[in-house]
This record gives sequence, structure tokens and C-alpha cells, in this order.
Amino acid sequence: MIITVASGKGGTGKTTVTASLATVWDAPLQVVDLDVEEPNLHLFLWPELGSPAKAWMEVPELDAEKCTGCGNCVELCQFKAISMMLSTLTLYPDMCHGCGGCIAVCRENALQAGRRELGEIRQGRAGKIDFLMGTLRIGEAMSPPFMEQVKKQMQQTLLETNQDVIIDAPPGVSCPAICSVIDSDVIVLVTDATPFGFHDFKLAWESFSPLGKPMGVVINRAGLGTRDIYDFCKKKNIPILAEIPFDRSIAEAYSRGRVIAGVSDELGTVFVSLREKIRDLAADSGKEVSHA
Amino acid sequence: MKKIAVTSEDPTLDDQVDPRFGRAGGFLVMDLETMEARYIDNGASQTMSQGAGIQTAENVAKAGAEVVLSGYVGPKAFQALATAGIKVGQDCDNMTVREAIEKFQKGEIPFADKPNR
Ligand code: SF4
Ligand code: SF4
Repeated sequence: MIITVASGKGGTGKTTVTASLATVWDAPLQVVDLDVEEPNLHLFLWPELGSPAKAWMEVPELDAEKCTGCGNCVELCQFKAISMMLSTLTLYPDMCHGCGGCIAVCRENALQAGRRELGEIRQGRAGKIDFLMGTLRIGEAMSPPFMEQVKKQMQQTLLETNQDVIIDAPPGVSCPAICSVIDSDVIVLVTDATPFGFHDFKLAWESFSPLGKPMGVVINRAGLGTRDIYDFCKKKNIPILAEIPFDRSIAEAYSRGRVIAGVSDELGTVFVSLREKIRDLAADSGKEVSHA
Repeated sequence: MKKIAVTSEDPTLDDQVDPRFGRAGGFLVMDLETMEARYIDNGASQTMSQGAGIQTAENVAKAGAEVVLSGYVGPKAFQALATAGIKVGQDCDNMTVREAIEKFQKGEIPFADKPNR
């Protein structure tokens, strides 16, 4: 089972929930930090990490001497990563999506495969948990191609083991967020109950719903905010999987990089129950599928 | 110096300069010798997900302009214009196209060597 923990915006406590859920998980587990622009799960789970492996994307390189200026590549590129200004051909490798079309279409062999660094992938272990994280290169504008490579590594490990996976997704509802929930069996949305939190939660729920995956909500800092989200979830039949109370000790634990499930028995119980509800959610939806 | 392109939201000399270069609605191309003006639509670049600045720079080059006046020219567009030797005058927002051209002719708009933001 692959579980993705996501949120409509940053600062909802998504990473804290991921870390806590991981520590109470009672089956073989791989945890993946796919929030590649700002990975910080390792600050809570303290994995021992191996050395980083660089991830690349293939981008064209120009041999200007061979180029006849025919413009075929310019016309083909959907991303304006090649431009012809008067008669000067210029490549913008940081805008390239790596489709390889320009290289294929150049009859003069003036374009060859070069590469651009996307980021670094690290693997390690936090206790019994397999840990995987990706860090996007600073200045790199495209995270999905890099995230695909991190996911490939995740799938590789899954082939060798029979684990569950918990993915920490980037906040928001744009391409990177979709990219991280798309392979999961269950989506867990973390939010608070403030009007802002509710607003972003709704956006996330609307963007992820078409994927048809079972989704549940964790309400963080419960007690702060309004009842709107509870009414909404009731109306839309979205299960509330856990409510994490607002508590000073949680903020303190967070600021010291501690996993909040270990702060008190009460909190530990909240996450154990979250774990079971996630399993139920996955099992229920499995049943629905087989009935249909 | 012969041809100058000014980003503009609408097709006449008395319309406002469009402060955006890459996503400009269009541009007026003025021949400074004959004082003839021609409007070129750039609307298609507004729908591009990326590369609008480069596309617009290509359009400006095709129109034969040697100078561009706009509000803000992004780094990619700037680089593209530079490869074609097209000079850039920025911060021409809050004025009409006519005012921008007059200011330019008086030498009051300096050429930029990098994007202004
Ligand atoms: S397709 Fe090849 S020869 Fe033609 S413009 Fe592109 S690089 Fe030059
Ligand atoms: S590989 Fe694809 S995206 Fe990259 S420059 Fe070539 S055609 Fe454009």
C-alpha cells in the first residue's frame, strides 16, 4: 500500500504527521520525501543517509558548425527551449523538458544529447524504516521530471521488498503535488480548520478527486478555527481520520525536530488510530472496486 | 537607428505602453525615418505556458526592429534580444507609445544592459 500525505498549502503540519505516522507504522515501511524543493522529513526521522546520487535530464547540445539554420528544431520544440533570432540559433537548456525531439529531427546531427543536473537522490535508514529523499538543484525550475526519478528509485526498492510506502508530498495542488499522489492507494490530506486552511483544503480535495483515490483528512491544531471543514466533509462524505489537538508541547517538540507521536501517550494513540483508519479506508475502497 | 518596437496594449500611438514584454498584447513598430507605424499582434504569446518572452523577442526581430521599449523585459527575453543585437529601453510604463518614442528620441531612455528586476 502506498499512502501519500499531502496538503493544500505549506505549514499545515504535513511533515509532522508523516513522521509520526511512520514511527507508529507496524509493518515494513519505506518513507519517501517527495517535497523535493524543500525536503525536511529527515529533520524529524534522523535517517543515516548514504552518499548522494545525482539525477540528470537529457537536454540538447549544439554543434554550431554543423547547424545550417533550417529551423526544424525550433519549430518542433513545444517549450521554446530553442530559439532562432534572425539567423542565430540559441538553446535554453533550463527550459528543456527532455523530450529528445529536436535531436531526432536535426538532419545535420548538429544536436547531441547533453545533460542538465536535476538534483540529488539519497537513500538511507531510520531505524527499521527505509528512507528515500530527493533534493532539487537550486535554480532548477522543473520538479516533476526529478520526482519521477525519485519514484523510480522507490519502485526499485519495492520490487526487492514487500513494504508499505508513505510519501511526503509537496504542498499545493500544482503538477508536483499531482505527481506525488498519482501512484498512491490512499491520499491523506492534512489541514487546519482556519478559514485559510479550509480554503486550501477544498482546492486540494477538488484537484485530487478526479484521480478517484480514497481520500481522508487529518485536522491539525483541532479546536482552532471554524466548523466549516467538518460540515464540508460530512456533506461530501470525506472521512476525518484524525484530529490532532492544539497543544504547546507539540509546538515545542516540533521546534526541536522531535516526532510528536512520541510526546504523550494520548498523541501516540491518535496516530495509531490514524494508521488503522488509513488501512480501513484502503480496504473499503478495495471492496467497492471488486463490487463494481 | 531605423526601426523601434514599443509594447502596447492597443494599436494606436496614443495607447498605453504595455508594461510586460513577453506577455504584451502587441507592439507598434515605428520607422523613425518615415515615421510610419505598424501594429503587430502578439496575443498568441499570452497563452504560452513558457517561453513567451523568447517568442516575443523572435517576433520583434522578425519585424526588423533594432530597439525595443517596454516596461519590464525578463531575463530570457533579454538574452534572446541580445543575441540579435536588439537594444532594450525599460521602465516605459505609465506613458503612451507616442510619449515613449518622443522620450527615446530626446535621448531620455537609456539602453539597459540587464533586466530591471
Ligand atoms: S534542426 Fe539542426 S540544422 Fe536545423 S536549425 Fe536545428 S540544429 Fe540547426
Ligand atoms: S529535447 Fe524537446 S524540449 Fe528539449 S529542446 Fe529539444 S525539443 Fe525542446
